[in-house]
Amino acid sequence: MNIVSVISHRSFLLGLLGLILVLLATLPLFRASTYTLLLLTAIFMYIVLTVSWVIFSGPTGYISLAPAAFFGVGIYTAAVLGKVLPLPVVIGIGALASFCLALLVGALTLRLRGIYFAIFTFGLVVLIQQVLLWWEIVKTHTRGRFVIVVDNTTIYYVMLVILVLLLLTAYSIRRSKYGLALQSIGEDEEAAAHTGINVTALKTITFAMSAFFVGAAGAIMATKWTYIDPYIAFNPLFSFMPVLMAIFGGMGQFFGPVLGAVIFAYLEEVLITKFPYYYMLIFGLILVIVMLYLPGGLAGLVQKWWKGGLERRNANT
Amino acid sequence: MIETILDVVIGGLLLGGIYALIAMGLSLQYGVARVLNIAHGEFLMLGALATWSLYTVFGVNPLVSLAICGPITFIIGFILYRTVFTRLRISSGSIGAYEGSSMLASFGLLFIIQNIALLAWRSDIKGYTYLAFPVDVGGALFAANRLVTLAFAVAIGLAFYLFLARTRLGKAIRAAAQDPGTAGLVGVNINQVLALCFALGALLAGIAGALISMCYPVHGTMGLEYTIIAIIVVVLGGLGSIPGSFFGGFILGLIGSIVTSIEPGLSLAAYYVLFMVLLIVRPTGILGR
Amino acid sequence: MRILEGKKVVKHFGGLAAVHNVDFVINQGEVVGLIGPNGAGKTTLFNLISGALSVNSGVISFKDEEISGLKPHQICRKGVARTFQSVKIFPHIPVLGNVLLGSMFGKPSGMSSAAAAREANKLLDFVGLSAVKSTPAKDLTLANQKRLEVARALATKPKLLLLDELIAGLNPTETAEAMELVKKIRGKGITIIMIEHVMKAIMSICDRIMVLHHGEKIAEGTPKEITTSKKVIEVYLGE
Repeated sequence: MNIVSVISHRSFLLGLLGLILVLLATLPLFRASTYTLLLLTAIFMYIVLTVSWVIFSGPTGYISLAPAAFFGVGIYTAAVLGKVLPLPVVIGIGALASFCLALLVGALTLRLRGIYFAIFTFGLVVLIQQVLLWWEIVKTHTRGRFVIVVDNTTIYYVMLVILVLLLLTAYSIRRSKYGLALQSIGEDEEAAAHTGINVTALKTITFAMSAFFVGAAGAIMATKWTYIDPYIAFNPLFSFMPVLMAIFGGMGQFFGPVLGAVIFAYLEEVLITKFPYYYMLIFGLILVIVMLYLPGGLAGLVQKWWKGGLERRNANT
Repeated sequence: MIETILDVVIGGLLLGGIYALIAMGLSLQYGVARVLNIAHGEFLMLGALATWSLYTVFGVNPLVSLAICGPITFIIGFILYRTVFTRLRISSGSIGAYEGSSMLASFGLLFIIQNIALLAWRSDIKGYTYLAFPVDVGGALFAANRLVTLAFAVAIGLAFYLFLARTRLGKAIRAAAQDPGTAGLVGVNINQVLALCFALGALLAGIAGALISMCYPVHGTMGLEYTIIAIIVVVLGGLGSIPGSFFGGFILGLIGSIVTSIEPGLSLAAYYVLFMVLLIVRPTGILGR
Repeated sequence: MRILEGKKVVKHFGGLAAVHNVDFVINQGEVVGLIGPNGAGKTTLFNLISGALSVNSGVISFKDEEISGLKPHQICRKGVARTFQSVKIFPHIPVLGNVLLGSMFGKPSGMSSAAAAREANKLLDFVGLSAVKSTPAKDLTLANQKRLEVARALATKPKLLLLDELIAGLNPTETAEAMELVKKIRGKGITIIMIEHVMKAIMSICDRIMVLHHGEKIAEGTPKEITTSKKVIEVYLGE
């Protein structure tokens, strides 16, 4: 019995995941440093952004550049309602607002070729940014808002909950008939439609579901910035990072995007204070290099190693 | 009353001239070379910031900078196409896959170019004054630099049109736009032509940036909005139609000017509404196939 | 009983009339052949029936219910299935998965995943693909891919099956097997319309044949009538 076969055993994996979850859940109780909490929160956030992006764009091949827009909607919901409503409600509304926006965008553009969808989502961030800017200058005469302060431990736990819910959702979609249907849409959309799949409805709802989690994440993360304005809330970086992380990590396997998110979230934390523009430059470079030379991402490489291990095992028996 | 209308119309043409240039550039890159280059605006930004530097540091006349920035962005575009996009084209299974992967690669390029610029030029907003004196046109006053920009935009646009229509290379480009496979068969060196198209697109963006720098402030993050506008114009004029992008640019400029005269700050929103209407009613655009 | 009916169906692309004022009636249980030179409008007609394209004017009815204007997935659930000239299987999904999608989504009412899996496996048996059910569809031979497409179409429990050039690209053995499959499908009570260029196959199995030319129906009748029709011979030889 070699190590690969042990690790592939399902109960081992589940046990390991359970252990990690327990550790993460109890971490703050062990007087973890603020730095650790913040770092982990950032990692959780990026996993949420990346995995939710992959839920839709992975199987269907419809590239969405809108995560930053949904994230921003979540942030702004918290900024506007945070003082008036309790935190869980604010997060729920942020998630719902993103969900509805995604439904609208999807209903409008998912009937058309994928390129129109990509273009539309790309401009969405700047569009909402400008509209909000105009609104604030002309209508409310305020520039920016101040957000309520929430302690780091609460943010940590909320983000962890959102993460777990998202991972469960993503996993069950992937294993369900809808996951297979989404894949068929990516392989041959016309054939999928002729097999009885309501492709427009499935695409739109899946897209909206992924936006839901991004909105929730935005709502809770908003509390980390004390001052929010349209430029801070709607930042194209939050569309770039999930794409980079998913492609680097590899979309063929479930763990790929998670791996990519963890790596780059950590790298960003390490580099952002000392090399603010350099790190974005490097990340951009990495994306281009991965697109050119490593299309399957890290998970693709791991898959090959895995298969090699299993083949060796089969050859030895 | 007539003065206000003239104001808005000429203002729209001024804006439209720039839009026409960048849209033609993107049309070459997407319509012909099939690269949806969302880093397009970054080339514009490079042209703008380079012109600013040349003027404020070396005192180079911005109109002369046109002849410097254009070739520089051309070369950068050419190199990028040959290194990045050619390789992607080879490894992509279908045109659809290539469109997607080239768009993502250009997303990476966007961040690379933008951050190089932010490192080189810092993130503050810059500007300079050149030809800023007012000129009287039919009773309305316009800054000379904006009129010069319009003149150049129209001139370059026409030159481009003649280039495509009359020269052998231009005809090769049009052939490649219509049907790359067949064009290859009749002796057109398709790879060279596509690289040239991409590079020409970058050139147009760089020139547009240089012209913009005369009239408006410039900064490292200015490119994104222009990319989006270029995309909307290209869809408006019809994907793949270069004349469509030229006229579409002026149409959008007029719309922008009208909206700004009613409610400044909402021009992009208006463009997006138009975009949405187009997508619902006629995604192939006005002149598109 | 009339299962499919088309009245004055018109479809044009730009200035070109791909299908022009075509009337047709298909009776339940028939096997109807649809022939004509390339570009005659046969696949376009299929696209209009299956909902891949919308008619410009005219009406298509399935079991006395108008379907022209419905979306492909709606028409599929009503009981019309088709295969494609270019064999549109899902390449990276295993054979069983391809068929499962039909079982799970192709019918108006849902079905438990266990029942769907059972049905899919039965269908794979029916077409002879059980041995390769875990193979990704792209790794199959052309003949097997065509079988897979048929199995997936059958999984949606159609009353009417449109086969677009099932035999194209098959060698004589595979052709014979394909014809046997068509007979088996007919045996299940499914009405079939087949576009084909291979005359022998059409003649041996079709009850009736329709001939299209330049988007118009120029002849209709039994195989014997069609092969001896002067008009049809002119159309094929005079091109």
